[in-house]
Amino acid sequence: MSLMLLIPLVLPLVAAGLVLATGRYPNLRDSISIIAGLIVAATVVMIQQDYQPYSVTLAEPLPGINLAFRLDELGLIFMLVAGLLWPVTTLYAIGYMRGHGEANQTSFFAWFAVAISCTMAIALAANLFTLFLFYEALTLATWPLVAHARTDEARAGGRTYLSVLLFTSIAFLLFAIIGTWFVAGTLEFTKGGVFPVDVNTTTASLLLVLFVFGIGKAAIMPFHRWLPAAMVAPTPVSALLHAVAVVKAGVFTLLKVCVMIFGEDLLSSLEVTDILMYVAAASILFASIIAMRQDNLKKRLAYSTVSQLNYVIMGALIATGPAFVGSALQIAMHAFGKITLFFCAGAILVASHKSKVSELRGLGRTMPLTMVAFFIASLSIIGIPPTGGTWVKWYLLMGALEADAVIPMIVLMISSLLSVGYLLVIPARAFFSGDTSSGPVKEAPWPMLVAISISTAGTVLLFFYSGPFLKLATLGVSP
Amino acid sequence: MSHLPVLPILILLLTAPLCLIINRASVAWLMTVSASTLALVCAWKILAQVLASGPLTYALDGWEAPFGIEYRIDLLGAWMLLIISLVGSMVALFSRQSVKHEIEPSRQVYFYIAFLLCFGALMGVVASGDMFHIFVMLEISALSSYTLIAMGRNKLALWASFQYLILGTIGATFILIGIGLIYAMTGTLNIADIAERLETVGQSRTVITAFVFLILGTLLKLALFPLHLWLPNAYTYAPSAASAFLAATATKVALYLLIRLTYTVFGTDFLPMSTLLVALGMVAVVAGSLIALSQSNLKRMFAYSSVAQIGYLVLGLGMSSQTGLTSTLIHTFNHALMKGALFMSLGAVVYRLGDVTFKELAGLGQRMPLTMAAIAIACASLLGLPGTAGFISKWYLVSAAIENGWLMLAGAILISSLATAVYVWRVIDAGYFQTAVKVERAEAPFTMLAPILLLAFANIYFGLDTSFMLMVVDGITNNLLGGGQ
Repeated sequence: MSLMLLIPLVLPLVAAGLVLATGRYPNLRDSISIIAGLIVAATVVMIQQDYQPYSVTLAEPLPGINLAFRLDELGLIFMLVAGLLWPVTTLYAIGYMRGHGEANQTSFFAWFAVAISCTMAIALAANLFTLFLFYEALTLATWPLVAHARTDEARAGGRTYLSVLLFTSIAFLLFAIIGTWFVAGTLEFTKGGVFPVDVNTTTASLLLVLFVFGIGKAAIMPFHRWLPAAMVAPTPVSALLHAVAVVKAGVFTLLKVCVMIFGEDLLSSLEVTDILMYVAAASILFASIIAMRQDNLKKRLAYSTVSQLNYVIMGALIATGPAFVGSALQIAMHAFGKITLFFCAGAILVASHKSKVSELRGLGRTMPLTMVAFFIASLSIIGIPPTGGTWVKWYLLMGALEADAVIPMIVLMISSLLSVGYLLVIPARAFFSGDTSSGPVKEAPWPMLVAISISTAGTVLLFFYSGPFLKLATLGVSP
Repeated sequence: MSHLPVLPILILLLTAPLCLIINRASVAWLMTVSASTLALVCAWKILAQVLASGPLTYALDGWEAPFGIEYRIDLLGAWMLLIISLVGSMVALFSRQSVKHEIEPSRQVYFYIAFLLCFGALMGVVASGDMFHIFVMLEISALSSYTLIAMGRNKLALWASFQYLILGTIGATFILIGIGLIYAMTGTLNIADIAERLETVGQSRTVITAFVFLILGTLLKLALFPLHLWLPNAYTYAPSAASAFLAATATKVALYLLIRLTYTVFGTDFLPMSTLLVALGMVAVVAGSLIALSQSNLKRMFAYSSVAQIGYLVLGLGMSSQTGLTSTLIHTFNHALMKGALFMSLGAVVYRLGDVTFKELAGLGQRMPLTMAAIAIACASLLGLPGTAGFISKWYLVSAAIENGWLMLAGAILISSLATAVYVWRVIDAGYFQTAVKVERAEAPFTMLAPILLLAFANIYFGLDTSFMLMVVDGITNNLLGGGQ
């Protein structure tokens, strides 16, 4: 078991080294990425099949504060998502980078692998200290990917990306962690929370505020600006990192803090929890409204991500069992849906050089497969059967009902309607309006199409076979 | 009798005249590197022996303690020896290309001579158990550092050196007056004997005067705000290799002297020292960081950052608790790692681009990616981010402040950290987000890059694995606090 856990952590790093070494032979280099991805994916599935809690301590820099890893259910969900989607994205990226003629592909694939390794380390972190280290490492490892194009625009985007993420984590998250240490005397993730029963309410509230705003990767407003800024990156980066790895690292951290540092009881007893929940709810609505006004497809998807991430924050702050489950499920379900949408955006860019929503009328005739995939993934984001996203809405609504929270329910409804407005219109217009003279079918290169098909199939499969994720989520959040 | 305690000092001090005889820069460099490496090996062996079997003593020339000069190395001394020789050997390796570039050929040999003398004398201060011998060694190191600074390319280097000379000499005079008074009262120069006899002499007016002179002289050498005026110019205008060496070691030795005087000789409760040190330390921490904000020359900026960091060191000392002392001792090592890496990286930038203002820094991430990465790591460590050595220091300092219930102190640390974050971000922003005038890769040569990267790596390594360091430091604090009671 211990060796198996090492594979997702270390293999991407090895792959990064090999990618750098074989940079001169693109085919060999990309095969290495794919093979490493497949091995990691197989390993995480095997870990899931043969699941047992496991922990290892690497170093103890300060007495009581360890660099340690531990496998638990929530972490496993995150690992599964990142591990399964990495090879798919690599396949897609090969098609995209070659089709789009991007420069510096070697360093691109190398940093990509490093980022995956950091993501796995976040999923496995046994305490807040370890998590913080790799949280920062992930920011740094993804920054070269954001600024990949090395134009002034890319550099400006990279600057916003790095400054917002570093500022929030150092100014708030670090202090929240240090405060937790001084109040609770431990940083280990423990089911049911670590704070003593008689903890001062003001202190706990302050810490919660610091955590919620300090985890900038979760993109609660007003610290969401980095995510649209990161859209200057090549589309595979936006797909895997800014729909899956980085943003999910944020909400994963927040969920873990809520479930395993504060615990359900303490959270629901704090008044500030409700206020923060309203901030998350407002973020959902505002981000959806901003998304409707974006003409740039990737920016629109980015704001949609901001909105969807705040589902997780809201669920975590409703602080009932089913809401926690909904939040944990959202990590997986949104990942499959949103990565498909980004894949489609990239395919459209490569095949027809279009990046604006207003240019997509009638595109359904030239790129039918891509647009069908876009339609199905949109359904998942909205939460309509037969897609995985359905279950998220289901559990979040149940959680809100259990807590008698009316506002979250209303927000969920409105937000679904809004997402119909900013997502479904795109395939609808692509098929039913615009230039009716049917041009020749011109899809993206085959590796991209294969990747799109796989992730779309995943979205639908998760509706029928949500069992493993549901089980992990339920076990993971139960005290 | 083993000659190990005196060996590193002898090697270094004797290599200096050898360099003069040979009088060729390249050979002098090779000899400097070998001597420094030998000194490092010796220091390591000394530490191992002290850890295994307690303090080492050595009578110079066979004259026993009360009559002759005694070298006495306890755990604290061994720890300092290791820090000095570690940085010294790194800088020695680094110096070749830097000296070649910055100092005219006819004077290059003198650089190595002055460097060796300064290095050896600093080691001597730490190893010696005799007050007057400490003074002599301190003066040798000071005189050779004036020489080192005066070798800078800028004309202002002479002025900086002169400034340091005046203030350094005042400090040295104070120390000498203090030693004289102590000798008058106790009739001995041996530190262990002085400590013993001072207890019987008690707090007479002469002893208090001696104490004040000694402490003031030491604080001047330590450059504790507001006695720091010589430091920024000296670090800015000295040749890069000299800045790196002095920034990482010279003030540490003054700090060592302060610890010796307050803990071993006079005892912490001799005068209200703690209050004074904490107050001065707080001012230094805040003022140093704030002044650093407005600098455009990076060497000067990090020099002011050193002023602030010296404040951190003194703060930990002033709290006179186990945790406070631990933070000081750990930070002594960590700060040497950070400033060593930073000033050497700046030296590499000077080597390639001629100067180190924010103008040269723009786009450095593309031109010298490895050097810039080292600067970024050292900056993160300076700021005290988790995963770097600086975090460990800061953690203990804040813990000590909270233990004592001094929230104002925690506030001062916070203000200083915020200011540090701002100027560190300026560095990162310029290095990675501004466009270079010329974009061509020109990394520093290997002999410069190797020590830089080694120290940068050490900044991360000692942020994660602290077991060895904590073991040594625990031993030192137990010695000091146990002896003080």
